[in-house]
Amino acid sequence: MRLLRNLFVVLGMLVLCGQAAQAAESMPKIDIGKGGQCVRDPQWMRKNHMHLLIHQRDETLRKGIRDDQISLKNCIECHASTKDDSVIARDDSFCVACHKYEAVKIDCFECHSGIRKSAWLKNQREGK
Amino acid sequence: MSNADIQRRNFLKTTLGAAAVAIAPGMLLFEAAQAKSDGADSKVRWGMLIDTALCKEGCNDCVNACSRENGWKNNNLPTDPQWMRKINIKDISSGREISLPMMCQHCAHPPCVDVCPTAASFKRADGIVLVDKHRCIGCRYCMMACPYKARSFVHEPLHDQNPDVPRGKGTVESCTLCVHRIDQGQQPACTEACTNQAILFGNLNDPESAIAKKILSVASVQVRADLQLNPGIRYQGL
Repeated sequence: MRLLRNLFVVLGMLVLCGQAAQAAESMPKIDIGKGGQCVRDPQWMRKNHMHLLIHQRDETLRKGIRDDQISLKNCIECHASTKDDSVIARDDSFCVACHKYEAVKIDCFECHSGIRKSAWLKNQREGK
Repeated sequence: MSNADIQRRNFLKTTLGAAAVAIAPGMLLFEAAQAKSDGADSKVRWGMLIDTALCKEGCNDCVNACSRENGWKNNNLPTDPQWMRKINIKDISSGREISLPMMCQHCAHPPCVDVCPTAASFKRADGIVLVDKHRCIGCRYCMMACPYKARSFVHEPLHDQNPDVPRGKGTVESCTLCVHRIDQGQQPACTEACTNQAILFGNLNDPESAIAKKILSVASVQVRADLQLNPGIRYQGL
């Protein structure tokens, strides 16, 4: 009886390990752009970035309090891909990769630009 | 439970665990070095004084600068956005003709704010009238309420917006007095672009500002002053 129970435990662990390995394989592969030190801990940001953004958007637009750190523009400045200067251009772009994985639609970029200001200015100059 | 669900759970679980360790009070790292502006000051009232004697007929520099800065294009279709336009008027009896730019007049008592059902249309503490596009539902009541026809509606999906000027389909928009430039201490794009120096921009509440001094010394009017909306844009020689 005891042997049987141990067998179940071992089997259970095997199944769990298998799932974890599978999850790691299909985790979103993200192009983090320049990356570097974020305004908060990266794990905290993964869970809470939307709260910072929604708070800051109202502060900025309605009260004119512009925060250089917690602004969508600053997110894009660090996290836009070094290849195409965008956080939304490809399936592995910084915003798209996770949002696609979690099946959460982002509305931000229907109005906001997803590219770095410097790249936008360059595109304007070159007439793209 | 499907495989995808389990994967999502695992992803969130790792996130949660690490978050608990890393941030207990919620704030850290760059907090001290953070650059944060104090926001719109209610002691300030931004405004403009437009000298119609200096504004030349046929010159569209201000409108073009606005269009370039804010990324709108008007090809004369009724559905095209229009933040700013040039108007030519003629006094029939005397034959005197003048030209002037017309845009949002940034009223102290804006009718667009009164009628907005979602409080998307609002006036900032420093007198700039804006549309909060996060709240705008595109009903266009404000467009009907505005006596200056200053607002327009975005009918088509947009791309390549200026990162400082978000614009999107399904929302109403108008002159923002280049709020993104003002907050950086710059002048609005039209003011900077006017080669004839017909547009004077400044703080109406500051008695030492050039605009306040000029308003004290020359005759200027608000368009449709009879409506008692107290616009922040004034015209000289109208």
